[in-house]
Amino acid sequence: MEYRLTEPFTKEAVRNLRAGDQVLVTGTIYTARDAAHKKIVEMMDRGEKPPFDIADSIIYYVGPTPAKPGNPIGSAGPTTSYRMDAYAPRLLDAGQLMMIGKGQRSAEVAEAARRNGAVYAAAIGGAAALMAQCVKSAEVIAFPELGAEAVRRLYVEDLPVTIVLDTEGGNLYEEGRSAYLQRT
Amino acid sequence: MRELNVTEITEAVASLCIEANHHLDEAARGCLKARAEEEDWAPAKAVLAIIEKNIGIAAEGEFPLCQDTGMACIFIELGQEVHLTGGTLEDAVNEGVRRGYTEGYLRKSIVADPLRRENTGDNTPADLVLRLVPGDRVKITVAPKGFGSENMSQIRMLPPSAGAQGVEDFVVSAVEAAGANPCPPIVVGVGIGGNFNRVALLAKEALLEPLDGANPDPFYAEMEERLLKRINELGIGPQGFGGRTTALKVNIRTAPTHIAGLPVAVNINCHVSRHASVVL
Repeated sequence: MEYRLTEPFTKEAVRNLRAGDQVLVTGTIYTARDAAHKKIVEMMDRGEKPPFDIADSIIYYVGPTPAKPGNPIGSAGPTTSYRMDAYAPRLLDAGQLMMIGKGQRSAEVAEAARRNGAVYAAAIGGAAALMAQCVKSAEVIAFPELGAEAVRRLYVEDLPVTIVLDTEGGNLYEEGRSAYLQRT
Repeated sequence: MRELNVTEITEAVASLCIEANHHLDEAARGCLKARAEEEDWAPAKAVLAIIEKNIGIAAEGEFPLCQDTGMACIFIELGQEVHLTGGTLEDAVNEGVRRGYTEGYLRKSIVADPLRRENTGDNTPADLVLRLVPGDRVKITVAPKGFGSENMSQIRMLPPSAGAQGVEDFVVSAVEAAGANPCPPIVVGVGIGGNFNRVALLAKEALLEPLDGANPDPFYAEMEERLLKRINELGIGPQGFGGRTTALKVNIRTAPTHIAGLPVAVNINCHVSRHASVVL
């Protein structure tokens, strides 16, 4: 099924999305990769406020290329998500709504998504020039010293993603493969 | 002796870094198209169409195909009748990478130390593989290598008794373990033989082979075909969403080895199979 997800992003809006659904996301999302996740979790451990409100947030695992003059961002496809597995359950328990990346997640992440009513979606790895066209504005809001890994606030229009882990334990990587292998 | 100023190498490396990151060569585009035509699973076809569209957008706008513009893997075949002047080869190559990645708005993805992890800020140092060859020419190949796929690569020191079957089983198991992570459809570079370090280089060099060719040795050409068939029966499919097209191509490179050994390396590349060459 194809859906549009627009602001305000709520748990209610993602609850009925199922593994395999294609979703076009429009609104404000945040970027963070390995180094930023580590810093955000460390801030939370110290009782400090993270650089953006984690509750109902969408985090895109991406380290874009530098923007060419006249463009809001450079190429911006997903990075491999398992490197964020160590940190993701903490953010999901703090209310994060959606993770966007690519590739397999740990059982802990899948369980944290399920118990919190959150979802994991995949963007198309390697289709980074195409996805950059969905980014209408980008602003570094934390950790500028991390360069490509800094936390950015993005406004995206119709960013195409596919639900991989849903709120009922569905997993596209397992279901998609077995559906193909059992085709008649 | 032919004299060649290393600034020519710097300029060539800089422009190859940009070209390789913006444009897939014709063989890679042709291979993707052919595999997309063979694909009969709807979700897989949809992913392959997006990948094709991305190639067009990147080429037209001169944008990087992928945001991971890679570690700059550079292969130089230096004719032994060439006398390099004006500086060292290594400095010239790194200056080319620095310029290409800065002027070309490419991502700087190299950290100076594997554990202290401070970014060098200019994507240097390059991974330089130098080979002395006959003649008075210099061939430079730049192959930016992303780490989503690099991280899924594997090496195994098999016993000779494992034979071809053991090699093939290991290659297929590495691809299956990688699953959705390396951005399938992938290109599989396989090294067989040599020793522990040589076999990994063979696997990486196998990724430089054009995607429309076949192994010149019929024994290994058949193995490449057999492996591609087995891999594309795994069902992982483009991006791991299910489908036939898990791999675009398997390329094998071999070297003599020790009587006690059968080293095998699997270097995985994503569908953004980037490399560009020039001869000076």
